[in-house]
Amino acid sequence: MVFMSLSQALLNQDRLALSRLLTHVENNSEEGRKALDELYPHTGKAHLIGITGAPGTGKSTLVNQLALQYSKEGKRVAILAVDPSSPFTGGAVLGDRVRMRDLAGDPNVFIRSMASRGSLGGLAQATASMVQVFDAAGFDLILIETVGAGQAEVDIARLAHTTLVVEAPGLGDDIQAIKAGILEIADILVVNKADRPGVENSERALRGMLDMAHPTQRVFHHHGQRMVVPAQTPKADDPLWIPVIKRTVAKDGVGITDLVEAIEDHITFLREGGEWAARERTQLQTTFETLLRDNLFARFLDELSPEIYEETLSNIMLRKQSPWSAAEALLDRRRA
Amino acid sequence: MAERKIRVLVAKPGLDGHDRGAKVVARALRDAGMEVIYTGLRQTPEMIAEAALQEDVDVIGISILSGAHMALVPRILELIKANGQEDVKLFLGGIIPDDDIAQLNKMGVTGIYGPGASTEDIVTEIRTAIQKRA
Ligand SMILES: Nc1nc2c(ncn2[C@@H]2O[C@H](COP(=O)(O)OP(=O)(O)O)[C@@H](O)[C@H]2O)c(=O)[nH]1
Ligand SMILES: [Mg+2]
Repeated sequence: MVFMSLSQALLNQDRLALSRLLTHVENNSEEGRKALDELYPHTGKAHLIGITGAPGTGKSTLVNQLALQYSKEGKRVAILAVDPSSPFTGGAVLGDRVRMRDLAGDPNVFIRSMASRGSLGGLAQATASMVQVFDAAGFDLILIETVGAGQAEVDIARLAHTTLVVEAPGLGDDIQAIKAGILEIADILVVNKADRPGVENSERALRGMLDMAHPTQRVFHHHGQRMVVPAQTPKADDPLWIPVIKRTVAKDGVGITDLVEAIEDHITFLREGGEWAARERTQLQTTFETLLRDNLFARFLDELSPEIYEETLSNIMLRKQSPWSAAEALLDRRRA
Repeated sequence: MAERKIRVLVAKPGLDGHDRGAKVVARALRDAGMEVIYTGLRQTPEMIAEAALQEDVDVIGISILSGAHMALVPRILELIKANGQEDVKLFLGGIIPDDDIAQLNKMGVTGIYGPGASTEDIVTEIRTAIQKRA
């Protein structure tokens, strides 16, 4: 047998190679970094969709339906389902596949579960790398499910082209997305479990929040008369996307075609308004700068003797030198 | 670089009953620092093998209470081998007669546990099996 690298095998549609490479880049191994380098020319084609929201809102069930729909259209779909690791043991139970039974045996679909593993920045970076691998493997869509708990979702939303924030009635009086501070990242708000009582209330509350952020009309009260005027005249080249709200019953597949259409509208908006390229630039810039920063720092430490490093650190601890002047002195020393 | 996490697929094949035992084991493995992919009830051998491939697991743990182990286990082993994952270790929980245990071990099942087995033993034996492989 001719030896073939994992990246070569991946480009030949070898599913085990894809799976192994996902592990390598998740662990940030040498082999993983090498593969990312080799695969880079093959990336940049997939549409990334983030799906986030509080636990139990129905994200996995919704991802299952979306993937079914896309697969029916002949598209290839990768799913990256992220669940939290235990902060105490570092272990995790990743249960999203339970809701994705319908996708078993579908050659168009590939599901990968991922544990959040500690650090925030690390998760966003590992996610970005795994997405690159899927992208190079030729998936048309990459669905990234995360639990809506804050900063990590905001970072992952920055990675996605389209972000769905999922809400559901019956999880308490509050709108979970507002509580978690992730409403702002929504391109599309999904009110799932629309078969449940309270759906109108959830939707009204969300609309209220949206109107505050993106006023589409102004209401005046003048001599007892109510006057409504548009807040802005919509222009053809208006670069503003106003989030839409969609109702679904993910458990029964209701509202999915409508949601897929809204996603399609958002992609069209991104592509036509130049936003797609702008997002890509930001994303690649972050990757590039992170690599520069990490490598510069690693190289700097490499060239520094451990004695000097320790001595400086103990001077800082003894208050003989401040971290500011110590850093400057070390950098100057290197330049000299 | 972070140490490589042990990834385990926990599945309940066959049509029988509940998955309480599987869930207890899943949580114990999590508490031991492993990453457990839980797939739920009524998994076919095909579903199990496919999930093991997509998740690049080190270990598959299955619970079979129906007595169908002599049909299900060889099929699962055959499928994971066909996928190129012959290095994946299979652990089995259930009520397995002694005669079958010997046969299953010969087929390549790494560990077999009855209803009273301690989760600590399972954790230790998974770790040992993975270390031996590396
Ligand atoms: N009533 C109702 N239940 C749903 C709907 N979608 C999902 N569920 C249920 O909500 C629970 C949580 O779903 P899951 O997809 O795991 O939520 P996640 O934690 O956000 O991924 C499961 O029991 C689902 O069956 C829906 O549209 N209506
Ligand atoms: Mg989920």
